[in-house]
Amino acid sequence: MLTYAIRRILLAIPTLLGITLVTFFIINLAPGDPAAMQANQIMDPRVSERAFKQLREYYGLDKPITVRYVEWLKRIATLDFGNSMTPDSRKVSEKILERLPATMSLAALSIAIGFVISIPIGVLSGAKRNGWFDSISSTILYGLYAVPSYVMAIPLILWISIQWDLLPFQGMVSDGYQSMTPLQQTADLARHYILITFCFTYGSLAYQSRFVRQNMLEVLKQDYILTARAKGLGETSVIAKHAFRNTLIPLVTLLGLTLPQIIGGSVILEVMFNWPGIGRLFFESIFQRDYPTIMALSFITAVLVLTGTLIADLLYGVVDPRVRYE
Amino acid sequence: MSKPPNAHPIGRSLWRIAMDSYLRNYRGMIGLGFIALMMAIAFFSPLIANRQPIFAIYQGKWHFPAVVDVIHNVPLMKYVIQKTPPFSQVTFDAKTALSENDFALWPMIPYGPTETSPYTLRPPSTAHWFGTDQNGRDLAARMVYGTIVSLQVGFVSMGIAAMIGVLLGSLAGYYGGWTDIVISRVIEIIQCFPTFFLILAILAWLEPSIVNVMMVIGLTSWTSIARYTRGELIRLQSSDYILGARALGCNHARIILVHLLPNAMAPVLVTITFGIAYAILAEAGLSWLGFGVQQPSPSWGNILRDAYDQLKSASFMVYPPCIAIFLAVLSYNLVGDALRDAIDPRLSQD
Repeated sequence: MLTYAIRRILLAIPTLLGITLVTFFIINLAPGDPAAMQANQIMDPRVSERAFKQLREYYGLDKPITVRYVEWLKRIATLDFGNSMTPDSRKVSEKILERLPATMSLAALSIAIGFVISIPIGVLSGAKRNGWFDSISSTILYGLYAVPSYVMAIPLILWISIQWDLLPFQGMVSDGYQSMTPLQQTADLARHYILITFCFTYGSLAYQSRFVRQNMLEVLKQDYILTARAKGLGETSVIAKHAFRNTLIPLVTLLGLTLPQIIGGSVILEVMFNWPGIGRLFFESIFQRDYPTIMALSFITAVLVLTGTLIADLLYGVVDPRVRYE
Repeated sequence: MSKPPNAHPIGRSLWRIAMDSYLRNYRGMIGLGFIALMMAIAFFSPLIANRQPIFAIYQGKWHFPAVVDVIHNVPLMKYVIQKTPPFSQVTFDAKTALSENDFALWPMIPYGPTETSPYTLRPPSTAHWFGTDQNGRDLAARMVYGTIVSLQVGFVSMGIAAMIGVLLGSLAGYYGGWTDIVISRVIEIIQCFPTFFLILAILAWLEPSIVNVMMVIGLTSWTSIARYTRGELIRLQSSDYILGARALGCNHARIILVHLLPNAMAPVLVTITFGIAYAILAEAGLSWLGFGVQQPSPSWGNILRDAYDQLKSASFMVYPPCIAIFLAVLSYNLVGDALRDAIDPRLSQD
């Protein structure tokens, strides 16, 4: 197990380097830079030219691209992503850290709720394959899955937030959040989470429950299920004690797959709900051509995805002793 | 010697079997039907929604302005046939120019997609089926022309993605060794980035336009196509008929192009179909964010954006783009599912 873990981690290093290369070159080979953009706002061409040079120097954009790549690598090795190129020139790491909880809490909530709902559905529909529960649940979940999340979000906002005025849809907290009692604050936060969490979650239910159902079908074919039945155990006991636990093993791999989907899907939904997460930060920095923030965000999300799959692979080896690698 | 009754059908190729199985799948046929409908709407859009009539007798002469618009949808026909004056002039307003005495056959929606009017944010009526937007433009006309964008994006971007994916996938799968290691690594690296992040990051540096959107979606969505092609080629390489082809002295290019790829295409086709659904969704999302099709040109995504901005005052604007995007994505997914069931015999036994 240890050798496998070490090998798997070592294999991730070239991928990590590749991620830095992709991030850096995509963003630097592209035309248009913030210095030129800011300088364009100055009317007099002579002044603008001087300002342009100064800005380029300030941002280090006058150095050759290879030198900048090495410098950038050195800095991100110490998790220093530099300062933002927007007028406020705040630290990029600060900016991202400030936005990370909003997105990660959504991701965690969405994954947790997704599992809590889809595991029982999958187990039940696998236990009675092609029964009424199986067909009804799969039809409903497929229908939900077919609706793209932002296409679902706008009518939901229209009905629930605007026409019926039940839930808020702008941001994480209401105005006057500071002056509320802690209890009111929690309630206010929760109300803001409901719609956006739903939009992040419903699409994955079909896939996840299908996955559990498939595992369940596999497990039910095993000899130990036959043994349990031969012992005279009731159907409930066979499903709950013998089959259910073993269906959970492959779910670990789903964790690694779900994370990139949530982060990738976060841009449109976060802009729609005015949610202060990294998806919206990404959108804002692209509008402002804020190189360091875009680089840092692309890099961090890719690393998060890489770590997610890595952890999923390692956990798989831990939870399933049958899985051993050469 | 008479044939036994119920003779086993002979000579049915794999494609034939798959096609028969597909034709029996009603979900897949519904999906295909809707895609065909979208294509018809896109191609005949000038006859469905136009600010000029289909046929008119103006000052004693016959004119077919909208018909000429349809013919212009065929490449290079612009140089072969032109509208007759005065309909060829951009400033000519057929609605006010035509008098009672002139005969005119108008399209179902007698408005162009960018034609503004003083009637802003009107709810659906007999004059404007889907209502009008904040600039007084007819929503139905914009939806009709938005169909073209969605179809184009789906086919062009997945065409690009398929070319890159099939090329790299077959190189990796056929040659193996270092080629495979390098290509597989590149795929792995690119898949670490959430696709939509990658699309946005590249798109941010380009002029926002439909061509760039199609290119960038194509350049970022080839990885799964490459993976499937690679897997299929590795699987097929050990087949006897490939050994036979080698023994006959076929070169690598011939083995890949003639013997391997046609047999590997089936599962790749499924991936491409799902990819088209994703491309349509991505384009609408990008246009919603403002990086895709620019105003005043219509796309389902930027119509949805107009709707979102007017959510409180004109809720009727939300439904047409939402339903259209949903149906388009759904029909490609249905076709993909049906194709997969038709192609994969393991699934059809289940």
